[in-house]
Amino acid sequence: MTELSLARGTVDRDRALRLLQDYGVYGGVVVLLLFNFVFTPHFASAENFRTQAVQVAPVLIVALGMALAIGTEGVDLSVGSVMALSTSLLSLYLGYGPWVATLIAVAGGVVSGAASGALVAFVGVQPIVATLSLMVAARGLALVLLPQLKDVHDPGLTALGSGDALGIPYLVLIAAALALLLAFVMRRSTFGRQLLAIGDSRPAARLSGLPVRRVLVVAYVCSGALAAIAGVLATARLTASDPTSLGTLMELSAITAVVVGGTPLGGGRVRVGGTVAGAVLIQLLTTTLIKHDLPPSWTQIAQAVVIVGAVYAARERGRR
Amino acid sequence: MLTVTGLCKTLPGVRALSEVDFTARAGEVHALVGENGAGKSTLIKVLTGVYQPDAGEMTHDGAPVRFATPSQAQQAGISTIYQEVNLVPLMSVARNLFLGREPRGRLGLIDFRRMHREAEETLRGLGIRVDVRRPLRELGVGAQQMIALARAVAVDARVLIMDEPTSSLEPREVRTLFGVIRTLRERGIAVVYVSHRMDELYEICDAVTVLRDGRVVHTGPLAELDRLRLVALMLGREIGEVRREGLTKFTGSRDTTAPPVLVAENLRVRQRLHDVSVSLRPGEVVGLGGLLGSGRSETAKAVAGALPVDGGRIVVAGEPVRGGSTAAAIRAGVSLLPEDRKTEGIVPGLSVRENIALAALPGLSRFGLVDDARVDRIVDTFMKRLRIKAAGPHQKVGELSGGNQQKVLLARWLALHPKVLLLDEPTRGIDVGAKAEVQALVDELADDGLAVLLISSDTEELIEGSDRVVVLKDGAVVRELTGDAVTEEELMRAIAAVPAGGHDD
Repeated sequence: MTELSLARGTVDRDRALRLLQDYGVYGGVVVLLLFNFVFTPHFASAENFRTQAVQVAPVLIVALGMALAIGTEGVDLSVGSVMALSTSLLSLYLGYGPWVATLIAVAGGVVSGAASGALVAFVGVQPIVATLSLMVAARGLALVLLPQLKDVHDPGLTALGSGDALGIPYLVLIAAALALLLAFVMRRSTFGRQLLAIGDSRPAARLSGLPVRRVLVVAYVCSGALAAIAGVLATARLTASDPTSLGTLMELSAITAVVVGGTPLGGGRVRVGGTVAGAVLIQLLTTTLIKHDLPPSWTQIAQAVVIVGAVYAARERGRR
Repeated sequence: MLTVTGLCKTLPGVRALSEVDFTARAGEVHALVGENGAGKSTLIKVLTGVYQPDAGEMTHDGAPVRFATPSQAQQAGISTIYQEVNLVPLMSVARNLFLGREPRGRLGLIDFRRMHREAEETLRGLGIRVDVRRPLRELGVGAQQMIALARAVAVDARVLIMDEPTSSLEPREVRTLFGVIRTLRERGIAVVYVSHRMDELYEICDAVTVLRDGRVVHTGPLAELDRLRLVALMLGREIGEVRREGLTKFTGSRDTTAPPVLVAENLRVRQRLHDVSVSLRPGEVVGLGGLLGSGRSETAKAVAGALPVDGGRIVVAGEPVRGGSTAAAIRAGVSLLPEDRKTEGIVPGLSVRENIALAALPGLSRFGLVDDARVDRIVDTFMKRLRIKAAGPHQKVGELSGGNQQKVLLARWLALHPKVLLLDEPTRGIDVGAKAEVQALVDELADDGLAVLLISSDTEELIEGSDRVVVLKDGAVVRELTGDAVTEEELMRAIAAVPAGGHDD
């Protein structure tokens, strides 16, 4: 349909596409919310929102780190495995108390991120290959540390997973705080600006004397740390450590959230708000289809349609 | 053999070729020369079917032809050898040679024995000796290029176009290549040879066509054209032409007694630079002269730490600077405005503001957080001082005109308060008004005590803008023009000079 109007004015079309790319994801969220308010019974309840928010929190946190990696014109495939590594470390060191265990779990994520970052920045391995190797390695290490599912009984962690403050679950508060922190870092810090410049034009960044390698390593370290935090939170919510299945396919959900949120895969731009909305959009889409008793395969098809739509909008934008 | 007449081609924004006539004759090596943007590559692309001409006739073997795709041109017997070899590195030499037309045995399988035998025969016929069973990548670049040549000949090429074939070859490999080219010439193949190396042209070529600004300015036998005349034709300057004062925005020369702020000694980069030395005094504009590929940009990049050097020493204000690190060079006060503004200069997706502040960010932040007020002040200052025309500081740089992009880059470097500014083609591809502004600015900066290294293919700009000119040729300094010798004529003489006996190339 847009093809017909092409001859009339490309300016209008450009603007429409830009609006679609910039605000399309928020529009999608609003549309889905309205649809559900009208057609889905029991949707507009506090309990339902709570469930949705708690479910989306881990994906959201992982997607934030993914957005950084993608902003550098890279990608981090190891996030799901880092979540598994994190849950293994957490249950292994829980004897020292939940805080120490959490710190160790996050440190695991940092080390993993530093490893992929070093591979990318110093060795010059392509990000997809570097993080793929870490994806395999981290999952393997997680299973060595904790070969099978183990229940986690710790009052502190249980409180983290199911408690709330002022009616808002801790999980959601933490995810929101991290999103705000990242948005602040991207807006205000030298690191954020340098990351965008490196993602947009690496030769120009290098010639401008930017610490290209350091920024790349830090981006992957952040991604690893955020994935590890997501792993801890997921463990707390499930009250169990399951390194075999925790975080499987998480990298794909995270990439989906980032891409749907309007962050271009070519780097040079990180949209924190869009990423949050992207994660929420996918969550709502899944819920909507489930609540209307459509089989899970439909969910996947719907996700695919959303991804193609987002990529199409991004592509048009890039050709401008 | 292959003739084009009245060829015109317009690329977005430029008239790349206008009314070009060109003839490649059988058994002749025809040099195609011209500076950047003269239209050489466009002409080659039209000849090989990559571009379609807007107007003009093309005849091949006496019959009019029109190539819609590169493969059609190849089938008609026109082969191209690019600087980068495009073969399959992991396959054997013989397989590369016969790729797509392997001799088949009875079962439709490749007859390896026959293929190897025929490959050896083909290569021996050209005077190349290699083991055809070895994978191609084990050979040197030169040998690989030879295989590419052999392949082109083996597919019955009638016209062979070579685009700077020697740019990555060792002198010994160049000898072999020339041997092969001579063999091809004897076989009646028309060779089109693109190169900037004067010595090579005179050694191997029979005829020459000089392009400038998309037009043919000269065509004829090479032997009738002396070197100086050829250089003059390429650069578009007449020998003895009266210098028109004040055509560019540069003013006169300056005091040249102060101690140098930048000393670069014996810079060496394999196959690119051979012991290049340059020094700059504060307030001085030193030009780097020479033809395309003579090592001008490489020298600037080596000084700025953007090109790792194999040897040599760089000293800024008395302090030695570690080579190969742009960050170290920038800290020492050396800034480079790169030649390729679009890919190495601007960050297109970021705003004017972010682009200007980019390199200076560490100095404009506290505890890793950017001091936006200070950034705004600096951006505002430079946007006014350099008269950057943008919708505002938040407009994306990719949307600006070339001249304004260049000013943004200048602002990025000036915000660092450098001691030495290296300008690689600062006025290329920008409009006349912006060009004059940039030239005036360079002058002003030098007056303020900045040391400037100026690289420009625009001879007039180079001569009038520089206090001294260091002339490079094939990666080595051949002459330094000072004082009254800073003239276009002297520059051309220096470029055209026949190398002395012991030249390393």
